[in-house]
Amino acid sequence: MSTVSTSTNTLASMDAAQSKALRRARRRAAPRTAWVVPTLYIIFLLLPIYWLINMSFKTNTEITSAFTLFPRDFTLHNYTVIFTDPSWYRGYINSIIYVALNTVISVGAALPAAYAFSRYRFLGDKHLFFWLLSNRMAPPAVFVLPFFQLYSAFGLIDTHIAVALAHCLFNVPLAVWILEGFMSGVPKEIDETAYIDGYSFPRFFFKIFMPLIASGIGVACFFAFMFSWVELLIARTLTTTDAKPIAAIMTRTVSASGMDWGVLAAAGSLTIIPGALVIYFVRNYIAKGFALGRV
Amino acid sequence: MEKTWNNRAWFLVLPVLLLVAFSAIIPLMTVVNYSVQDTFGNNVFFWAGLDWFQELLHSPRFWQALARNLVFSGIILAIEVPLGILIALNMPKAGWGVPVCLVLMALPLLIPWNVVGMIWQVFGRVDIGLLGKTLSLLGVDYNYVQDPVDAWITIIVMDVWHWTSLVVLLCYAGLVSIPDAYYQAAKIDGASGWSVFRYIQLPKMHRVLLIAVLLRFMDSFMIYTEPFVITGGGPGNETTFLSIDLVKMAVGQFDLGPAAAMSLVYFLIVMLVSWVFYTVMTNYGQES
Repeated sequence: MSTVSTSTNTLASMDAAQSKALRRARRRAAPRTAWVVPTLYIIFLLLPIYWLINMSFKTNTEITSAFTLFPRDFTLHNYTVIFTDPSWYRGYINSIIYVALNTVISVGAALPAAYAFSRYRFLGDKHLFFWLLSNRMAPPAVFVLPFFQLYSAFGLIDTHIAVALAHCLFNVPLAVWILEGFMSGVPKEIDETAYIDGYSFPRFFFKIFMPLIASGIGVACFFAFMFSWVELLIARTLTTTDAKPIAAIMTRTVSASGMDWGVLAAAGSLTIIPGALVIYFVRNYIAKGFALGRV
Repeated sequence: MEKTWNNRAWFLVLPVLLLVAFSAIIPLMTVVNYSVQDTFGNNVFFWAGLDWFQELLHSPRFWQALARNLVFSGIILAIEVPLGILIALNMPKAGWGVPVCLVLMALPLLIPWNVVGMIWQVFGRVDIGLLGKTLSLLGVDYNYVQDPVDAWITIIVMDVWHWTSLVVLLCYAGLVSIPDAYYQAAKIDGASGWSVFRYIQLPKMHRVLLIAVLLRFMDSFMIYTEPFVITGGGPGNETTFLSIDLVKMAVGQFDLGPAAAMSLVYFLIVMLVSWVFYTVMTNYGQES
């Protein structure tokens, strides 16, 4: 055992030294203009967002009458409106509640299922896996009407749990898919050793296995958060007032009170913040995470 | 990995099954139910057989919306996949630039879809938007509210803005997983930049590219919120995609039968195409 690990260590250190030298060489060889492409792309990404944030600090008169690249009469009025009016800020609270619920339910249910798919073969496993994935392919528009009727029948309309359960439609399959990818990367010998050492399945799963795939769980949570946070059609259909998400409140304002551009822009800018925070936390896993653990 | 045959694994899948049964099978059965029935209201239904499907397959409205969807998905894939590869190839591989690029690029992916629509609606407006105003100052006749071509361009640029990062992140993940030894070997062989791309980078990205194409096809084919916010399906019906048409039918006009029939056909098309992608993907995985 010890000889094996020493030899792997030497190999690893050799590898590291080699790759460092190589990386240096490659950096020298890489064209100096390589940064232009990502930079231009990021500018393209940030321009519309900048325009939105810029607008959120302007007064409505300045937005409609003048064309200014920076707010001339810098105002926080638009944000004050949102933070003092419950019908606005409750939208954020509602969104965060159902997104959090959905993330917990999706990842919680997906963990054992992903383990089953990554470790065992069982009757109909492949069909089941594709059937699960097919729910990720289902256009939400198809489910709008039946969801409304189903949740009405259960008296769940306008509750956070209704939206959280409905979003499981596409988040559970995705979480299973991601977690299965990460779990397959963990050698099976670890499970077997643990069982021989007398670990029961739950104890093994929580004490040993879950820490091993912690990054995978993080990525799965990230995706569940992401798709639940950005979805509007189903969330809007299943809520009326008490659980209405912020995104839906924004659409109502567009049609009702004419064009209060400043407040709309401020509300839009605030919806970017939770996503930005979440990305920041998972930044080190983001690349592998987007590949669903299957690189 | 060698998997053991164990049917007790079904117990582990059970929670997911119950959850998805509640949120997928029951609603889907409702749709199937409606698609073969007709009603005059008051919850009285009678058998209509396959009438709704026949009507749907003979309606030009459906075929036009489907054609728009296919053209849209085609354009989106043709732009986003090569562009995503190009950006991923030029991304920094180490240093402080990596997290900065990743975080900034992932930003559009986490903006609620109707806010994305709203951002572009405002951005493109001729009176108050940076893009629309700049274009009209430059003398370009641009108005996405009235001109169908401009509306299409706006929606496509919006989607490129929104989703190219997904392709970039996937390709980047594929690229960083290539061991340095591969490049070393290529260097010894004196391989050109193109052959490094063609014979090392592209094959290594194959798997993630398939995921990218699968995800981008599925999501662009069910696009609803963003064009709904930007153009509302107009001008005329020029940007009415299947989802928009379907929601209009189901919720706006409450035509249960036709809407249900359309839902099923729509769902089947997405599943069929995705199944082809999925089969190709898993078979590729088994070969390598």
